[in-house]
Amino acid sequence: MSSEEKHHIVSYKTYLFILLGLITLTLLSVGITNIELREYTVAAALIFAAIKSYFVLYYFMHLKYDKPLYRRMAMFVFLLFFAVLFVTFIDYVNR
Amino acid sequence: MMALFIVGLSLGLAMKFELLAPGKTIMGAQDYNATFTLHGIIMIFLIVVPGLPAVFGNFFLPILIGAKDVAFPKLNLLSWWIYIVGATIAISSQFFGDGPPDTGWTFYAPYSFKTGTNMLPAVLGAFVLGFSSIVTGLNFIVTIHRLRCPGMGWFKMPLFVWSLYGTAWIQLLATPIVGITLVMVILERTLNIGFFDPALGGDPILYQHLFWIYSHPAVYIMILPAMGVISEIIPTFSQKHIFGYKAIIISTMAIAFVGYFVWGHHMFTSGMSGTALYTFSLLTFLVAIPSAIKVFNWVATLHKASINLKTPLYWALAFMFVFMVGGLSGMALGALATDVYLHDTAFVVGHFHYIVFGGTGFAFLGAMHYWFPKMYGRMYDAQWANTGLVIMFIGFNALYAPMFYLGMIGMPRRYFDYLPQFHAANILSTMGSWVMATGFFIVLINLIRSSRNGAPAEVDPWHGKTLEWTVPSPPPVLNFDEIPTLGEDDGPYEYK
Amino acid sequence: MTDIHLHRDDEASKIGMWLFIFTELLLFGGLFIAYSIYRFKNPVAFHMAAEELDLSVGLINTIILLTSSATLAMAYTAVQLGKIGTSKILTSATIILAIVFLINKYFEWGAKFEHNLYPGSDYLMELSQGEILFFGLYFAMTGLHALHIIIGLILMFVVLSRLQNKTMTSDNNQLLENSGLYWHLVDIIWIFLFPLFYLIT
Repeated sequence: MSSEEKHHIVSYKTYLFILLGLITLTLLSVGITNIELREYTVAAALIFAAIKSYFVLYYFMHLKYDKPLYRRMAMFVFLLFFAVLFVTFIDYVNR
Repeated sequence: MMALFIVGLSLGLAMKFELLAPGKTIMGAQDYNATFTLHGIIMIFLIVVPGLPAVFGNFFLPILIGAKDVAFPKLNLLSWWIYIVGATIAISSQFFGDGPPDTGWTFYAPYSFKTGTNMLPAVLGAFVLGFSSIVTGLNFIVTIHRLRCPGMGWFKMPLFVWSLYGTAWIQLLATPIVGITLVMVILERTLNIGFFDPALGGDPILYQHLFWIYSHPAVYIMILPAMGVISEIIPTFSQKHIFGYKAIIISTMAIAFVGYFVWGHHMFTSGMSGTALYTFSLLTFLVAIPSAIKVFNWVATLHKASINLKTPLYWALAFMFVFMVGGLSGMALGALATDVYLHDTAFVVGHFHYIVFGGTGFAFLGAMHYWFPKMYGRMYDAQWANTGLVIMFIGFNALYAPMFYLGMIGMPRRYFDYLPQFHAANILSTMGSWVMATGFFIVLINLIRSSRNGAPAEVDPWHGKTLEWTVPSPPPVLNFDEIPTLGEDDGPYEYK
Repeated sequence: MTDIHLHRDDEASKIGMWLFIFTELLLFGGLFIAYSIYRFKNPVAFHMAAEELDLSVGLINTIILLTSSATLAMAYTAVQLGKIGTSKILTSATIILAIVFLINKYFEWGAKFEHNLYPGSDYLMELSQGEILFFGLYFAMTGLHALHIIIGLILMFVVLSRLQNKTMTSDNNQLLENSGLYWHLVDIIWIFLFPLFYLIT
């Protein structure tokens, strides 16, 4: 293995910090869904979930430190999934 | 070594399965249903989907990019064993339980969990085979990313490699969806969960959506490597740089991508909403553009080339002919108005076989005749090969062309019986199937005989320029003694 | 085997792991598509059915899983720094957290079964169609997720034994990173399952 592929070592502190952030976000999302937002409840909960998974992907899964290839692939797969979901919904929304 | 082992065995099995699948027989309704189900399962899941990638991909992908083996040889072997397990499970559905499955290879809900026949093994088998396909795709992508030899940039890769790359992504990203769908059917049957059961609130059309999200891209898993093979054969026998190298790459990737979003055209008559129908019809027509680009590029490559008329090129030309017939008949099905009329008629069967058997099957045999000297180190008898090809080609058209006609005059598919006015064309079609089988056996026997006692093959019998023609025939276990290096001017199609 | 195996290509196995993760995402993706379609069709019933789930159990499990992700990520940092002992402790912590998660899940499911809420039960069949679907999806998705937790556990035991017999070192640790990636994927899926099943009341 050549040295240019040497990994960036993430400090314990960063991980703990992210963990605290994630737990705060979880509690916040529970809090926010208790407020009466009607149909926006789900949207709010999902936005929090999206932010959380972004942190997991970028820090825990090292996308931030790795080669751009991984980021691009992950982005592509998520977009593809949402595109498929969107196209499926074209049918159901208009039926 | 392992790759060779896999190739040898896959070939053997593929042939056996080929013989197993029945063409036309006289039988009752239930038997007929069971027969086309088994024919579909075997042909789609066991032969066509894994065929080109597993046989030629595993053998030639590493050689074509100048590597000693694929990135994960052990995973490769694993995928082979998964394949065997899946095949065994799927086939076992025939022999015990309450009779062979009768749903067709699409396992449409709700019938697939209502029918009393032995569906579980068939569905489970298809699920397991999906894993095998995913593992192969994963292996190819990593191999292409990591093991290209020095100097082999992305735009110096042979087109077959590009087509495998596109295919591998589809395998990777589409197969899990059908995997989970089949699991849902299994849960439905065993635990009565109600995903697709209207009585429990489920939506059978959702099954069709999920199923075709995989199974339409699967058609591209079948056809893309076939196009890749043709893109190798044509420049070699034209002794000319392929016309529009980058255009072919882009169209390959475009087909792989857009092909992911056209699944709805299998469902035009299922009761989808109007907006969805228009969307899918539009997307379907879009996918025709890159396919046509390829055909034009092949023809342009042949134009004013010093053509070396040999068996592989004949196969490539036969491929182009049937592929165009298949593709254009597909246009009739992609348009909403005509599809509603032609849906579930013999026309669809004709179209499908022109693409999948004519397209992938002919390309497979073309690849076989192209790489045979390399794989076995022996030449085959060209005269017998050509004879077999011509007979097979005639039989093929006699078999499937009448289906277009039958579909247009209204003969539905998947029935064991038909009205008297369809008789004449059906006779022609059946006779065609005999002719085609004869041709196929001539081709097959010729290859088997030649692999034993053909004349020894040279390193580069066709004067090809891709890397596989630089190693001895057959290639040593690790392909290259020393990893090759490509210079500035070297490329897959640099003739003269 | 072949002498290729003497060349270890960590980058390749990492790409391979990522590709595998993508297939896993889409495997769950199929279920997420089914979930969103059925929720779209039965918003009220999903709402009502979600009331049956115990928010606090879900919340505790979310925090457990997030923490376990962090400990496994730190185990990777430790092994990179050459601190095998710390890495062992952190991996074991992850394993314990994962088991706690499963125990919670067991009691949660057990409670549902006690209330006659399981696929195909007579009680469930009398509920509205939307609720039947909700529980069908609930059991299928959390069940599949639990299966992934178990696979992750097996992976972590392998990691632990390799740390124990010193075949995993500061420059041969791809297995740990890949197990980490896998574990974080399981985490991400739960991050989405949690609001979709527990927070839509």
